[in-house]
This record gives sequence, structure tokens and C-alpha cells, in this order.
Amino acid sequence: MTVAQFFGCGMITFGPPLVLFIITMAKDPIRVIMLVASSFFWLLSLLFSSMLYKVVGPLQPYLAFGALFSVLFQEFFRLLWFMLIRKAEVGLKKVSEDNLEIIENKHILAYVSGVGFGLISGAFALVNVLADMTGPGTVGLYGDSPSFFIATTFTSLAFIFLHVCWGVIFFAAMHTRRYLLIAYVIMSHLLASAITLLNPLYAVTVPLVWLVLVVTAVIALCVAGVSPASVRNSLKFSDRAYRVDAVDVGATDSRAHL
Amino acid sequence: MDGHVSIEDHSVEDGSRTRNSGAAKEPRATNPSDNDPSTPMAAEGAGGPTPQPPPGRRPLTEEERAARLEQRRQRDREHMERQLEEEEELVLKYGAQHVIKLFIPVSLCMLVVVATVASVTFYSEKGIYLLYTPFHETSDSVAKNVMGAFVNAFIILALVVVLTFFLILLYKFRCYKIIHGWLIISSLLLLFFFTLLYLMELLRGYNIGLDWITVSLIVWNFGVMGMVCIHWQGPLRLQQAYLIFVASLMSLMFIKYLPEYTVWVVLAVISVWDLVAVLCPKGPLRILVETAQERNEPIFPALIYSSNILYSSLTMAESSTPSTSTTDNGGSHDGGEAVADPLQQDHHAPAPAGGVGRPTISTAPSSSRRRRSSEAEAGFGPEWEAGRQQREAARQRRVAEHGEASAPDVAGGGGAQQPQEEEDEEERGVKLGLGDFIFYSVLVGKASSYGDWNTTIACFIAILIGLCLTLIMLAIFKKALPALPISITFGLIFYFATSYFVVPFAENLASEQVFI
Repeated sequence: MTVAQFFGCGMITFGPPLVLFIITMAKDPIRVIMLVASSFFWLLSLLFSSMLYKVVGPLQPYLAFGALFSVLFQEFFRLLWFMLIRKAEVGLKKVSEDNLEIIENKHILAYVSGVGFGLISGAFALVNVLADMTGPGTVGLYGDSPSFFIATTFTSLAFIFLHVCWGVIFFAAMHTRRYLLIAYVIMSHLLASAITLLNPLYAVTVPLVWLVLVVTAVIALCVAGVSPASVRNSLKFSDRAYRVDAVDVGATDSRAHL
Repeated sequence: MDGHVSIEDHSVEDGSRTRNSGAAKEPRATNPSDNDPSTPMAAEGAGGPTPQPPPGRRPLTEEERAARLEQRRQRDREHMERQLEEEEELVLKYGAQHVIKLFIPVSLCMLVVVATVASVTFYSEKGIYLLYTPFHETSDSVAKNVMGAFVNAFIILALVVVLTFFLILLYKFRCYKIIHGWLIISSLLLLFFFTLLYLMELLRGYNIGLDWITVSLIVWNFGVMGMVCIHWQGPLRLQQAYLIFVASLMSLMFIKYLPEYTVWVVLAVISVWDLVAVLCPKGPLRILVETAQERNEPIFPALIYSSNILYSSLTMAESSTPSTSTTDNGGSHDGGEAVADPLQQDHHAPAPAGGVGRPTISTAPSSSRRRRSSEAEAGFGPEWEAGRQQREAARQRRVAEHGEASAPDVAGGGGAQQPQEEEDEEERGVKLGLGDFIFYSVLVGKASSYGDWNTTIACFIAILIGLCLTLIMLAIFKKALPALPISITFGLIFYFATSYFVVPFAENLASEQVFI
């Protein structure tokens, strides 16, 4: 039961991000480096918020205070990371001669940073719980909710996806100076954290957090350029409309130009 | 050879083009189509088959000829500059790949160590200690323990320094056989004895029974294959796997046999030693590396992890040295309970100054072949050859030289060896000494032995970032740099900061199930 639960919960939380990593990031060394660097920035934000938490002794029992400032620190470090990337763009341009994709499409780096933040925040939330899972014991012996593990798992997954979306929205908003979106990111982060303050009312918090995720994801997709037309197009299995033929002027294939 | 490849190719072709068009220009001053350097054929054809000159041609005046020459020179200069830029970009681009090529083995080593420490309790049991750490931190007062830890660490440092100097003496007086023998004995010890110990503890930890015959067969085969792969030749992946395994065994030994506080102090002290030994002008490791360079020899190839190896026998110049390389010489001492203390010498080959590098470029091929045969007589043939080829593979830091090296005298030799060098370009690799692997894994393994996984992950990320920064600095400064200080500093800072600040916070959050 224990090892099985370990693998089950581990795969639930880290499976989708792992798939995201393998499909979109594993092949490009720069993206991997950006991933690790953005994780580092999240770590720094956590460090600072913990230092603040330790320093303010009397307020420690009120976890809401700690969580609130932690959210603010995280967004601040996301901003710092964004500024660092912008400063380093020149160097990045040089290094990515082969795939200009990463420079032309600003959403890629935003997405990678989001995944970095998400992975490390999910890891910090879950690994100790996972480690405890493998040991002997039963959840809920003293009247606690027995769905502790499952609820934690799904909430962590939601937060990982939320960080991805927040990353995309935040960077796009900073590029186009739509400060309303930045306010949305901060507000929704605070909201999601505040919802989890209601734990252990898992029946309420988990669906609510996922609701926030769905809304944020829709906004992130819109910001990234997804529109109903592009969705319909992606569902069609012929890629006639969007094929880009840059090759072979001498090609006589007339279908290529559709 | 990597950077050199593109530069030399272009310069050779360009040279030929300029020569062609230049030569053709003089006799055919009347043919304005010579302006285009990409049609050298136009210069060769006498008349009919070549493209027709535009109408209204007339003999070029002196000024026009001079102007054309000037134009051509200008174009060549721009071309060269562009190539120089491309060169630098190539280095940077390959830099990202190299970072990943180092991330993977470092992470694998840490993974093996962490997995072992977490599952086999043998390696976190305290009780037996090395002979070099007489203070076992058994007192109740923290101050005394810390003092004891410092003394232990300085004893170990003294040992490392003495052994380093001894090694340098041996190297300077060309006692290669002793060094070689020392390396072989230490790899033997690691591959057979420690592997056996590891296997036994693993079986004991998982409560699996295995008969002695099978165990001896397994260990024997494993060990012999390891010796062959590491000291001679073998598939690259297998050699890398063996080096990673050997490094993790060494880290496990450190984690087990050093007292609590001593581990941390040793890490700090060794990174400072690394910094000093590599960067100070009189640093022992620098002396070692410079001597090796002067003699044009590789440095203990068996103890450096490299991400690729060239097996080609045609080698062009071997001017420079590996970029980030540290070597770890496992010194073995009389068996007993004293576990082999690896001589953590982290020495990093300084990239040669352009002047030093250049003379060897054109003269090396013949001399290297001569040397190879003489060394084969001395019994060092295969190993040095493999080592030399390994260094060939790590040329990516010699951007400083390509400007000078694109001179025509290299082009002559370059022509015959171009196909070979093109291979070289694809197979550029990066090297990191095993000592670095060992100390990174010691840090992460020790962090994980306390049971808190947040700290482990934090240290892991910190070390990776340190490695990234070191490689970036390497690409910027183009000089040999020690790989330990930045990573270990980050790792230590994050370890202590996380365990002191983050853990209570995270625990509170986790118990209330509040997500941030």
C-alpha cells in the first residue's frame, strides 16, 4: 500500500510536468538551463519568506501572514527573474543561433520559467509527504481526514499548472505593459493560497483551486495567442492551412501551396 | 580543433579564393567579373566558357586596381571578423550543451548517492572513523565538537597538500611508473574492494541472500571491466558509467567515515584549497598543469570524466589543455581500516596564452607521433594516447588562439587533416574531474542523510546553479577555473539556510496543508 501509494501520488503530481518537460524542453539545453535557473529563483523567494517568517516571531502561529508574504515574495522574484532574462536577451540571442524560436516566441521562456517555478514549488510541497508515505502508518487514525494524501497530491498538481499559467501571463503582461494582468496574477495567487488556508476542508478547497486553475489557464491561453479559430484548426488533422513551405522553390507540388 | 576547424576551413577556402581571384586579377586586369570572389572559375577560364565581361570594359587604372585590392582586403577583414564572432558564438552555443553534458552525470552521481544513503542505513551509521580524523565529536558541548571538526579538517587538508606536493615531485622527476602504479592500485581498491562492500551492504539492507560464488563472479567481472574501461579503452558510455559509480562509492565512503561537523568543514576547506591551488601563480596544481603542458602530455586521464573521447589516430596539434578539469588521485594506504583517502587535487588546466599555444600547433603532429612511439616503449603508449585524444576533445576554450591560428602556415597542414578535424568539431567535449563529482555528491548525500528532502533538493539546485555559473565564467574568462568553490559555497549556504529557515516554515505549512 505504501510504496504503491508513493508511486501513485508521485506520478499524479509529477507525471504531467514530467511529460511537459520531456516533450517540450528535454531536447533544448537552453530551456533546461532556464528551468533550473528559474527553480533557483523560486528557492530564493522561499528562503527570503522563511527568513521573514522566522524574524517575525509573534506572528508565527498565524500562518496566513507567512503565506501572504510568501506569495508576495514569489511574485517579486518572478519579476526579478523576468528582468534578468530581459537583460540577458542579447547573450541568449547569440547562444540560440540554431533555434531562433526561443527568441522570437517570447512565450517559450515564460512557459519554461513557469514550469520551473511550478516544479520546485510542487516538489517542496510534496516530497516530504511522499517520503512519509512510504513508511508505515495509516492516515486519519486520530480523526483527521483520510484523504490527506490525495488532496495534497491534487492540490500540488494544480499549483504546478497554476505556476505555468502565471508565468506565461506575467511575462506577456510585462512585455506588453498590461498591468491589469499582473494584478490578476498576484490576486489569483493570493486567492489560491487563501483557499488552501481552509484546509482540511478538502471537499471545498480542491475543487475551488482547480476552478481558479481553469480560469487562469484560459486567460493564459488567450494571452499566448490561442483563439477559437486556432483551436479548431489544431483539431483538424490536415495541416494544409498552416503549413509553411520555405524550402524548395523548384518543387512542383501544387498542394504544397495550399 | 573545433573552433579551428571552421576558421581554418574558411581561411583555407577564402585564401584560395582570394589567391585565385587575386592572381587572376593581375593578368586579367581587363576582366571586371573578377570582382566577385565567389567565381574563381571566372578567373581561370581564358575566354569562351567564362562569363562574359560586361560591355564597355576598359583596362583598369592603377587607382582602380588599388581600390579593388583595398575592397577585397576590406571584405576579407570583415569575413574574418564575422568568423571570429561566429567563433565566439560557437563557443557560447556549445557552452549550453556542455552545461547539460555535465548536469547529467553530476545529477546521476548524486542520485546514486542519495538513493543509497536513503535506502541502505549502513552509510549513515556512525562508529568507525578514518585514521585522519582523530576527533570524533563525542563531547556534549557544541563548541568542542566544532573545534574538533576544524582540527580534523586541517589534518585532512595537510594530508592533501603533502600528497599533492609529493605527486608534483614525482611528476617533475618523470617517475611516471610510480604514478601509474599508484593510480592502478587505487582504482583496483575502489573497483573491487569497495564494490564488494557496497554490494554486501546493499544485499544486507534489502535482506536478499546471494551465494559467494555468484558474488565473486559478479564483482570480478565488474572490476575487470572497470579497469579496462577506465585505464585503457572502452565504450564511452560504459567508461562514464564506471567513473560515476566510482565517484559515488568514494562519496559514500566520505559520508560514512567522517564525523558530522567534519564533513561540512572539510567541504569548505577543500574548496578554499581548490581556489588557492588553481588560481595562485605558485599553486601546486597550476605548476602541475603547466609542467604537463610544457611536456605536451595529458594529466592522469584515468581520473577525469570526459563527455567524449576521440579514438582517431590522426591528431592535429595538442596545444591546449582541458578546460575545467580536476583530478582525483585515490591514494591508497596500507589496507587496514584506513580507507583510501582520495587525493582531492582539483587542478584546472589554464588555457595557454596565445603565444604558448601557437608554436605547438604546427610542430606538434610530427613530434607527437615520435613521442607516441617512444612512450610506447616506456610502456605508456595506450594510456597516454587515449589521454591525449581526450584532451583533443576539450578544445572548446581556445577561442583566443583561433585568430592567430588561422595563419596560412597552419592552412598547409590543415588541408590534409581537415576531414579529421571536422569530426573533431562535432565531438567536442567537456571534462570535469572526479574530485568535483565526489564533493558535490558528498554535500547532497550528507544533506539527504538527515531525512529532510527539501534540504536535499535545495542543495541539488544550488550545486547545479554553481556549476552553470562556473561554466559561464569559464566561457567568459577562457582560463582554467576551479569547479568546486562556487558550487560548494552555494551548496553550503543553501544547506544551512534551508535547514535553519525553510524547514520550520515548510513544516508548518505542510502540517496545515497551506500551499504557497
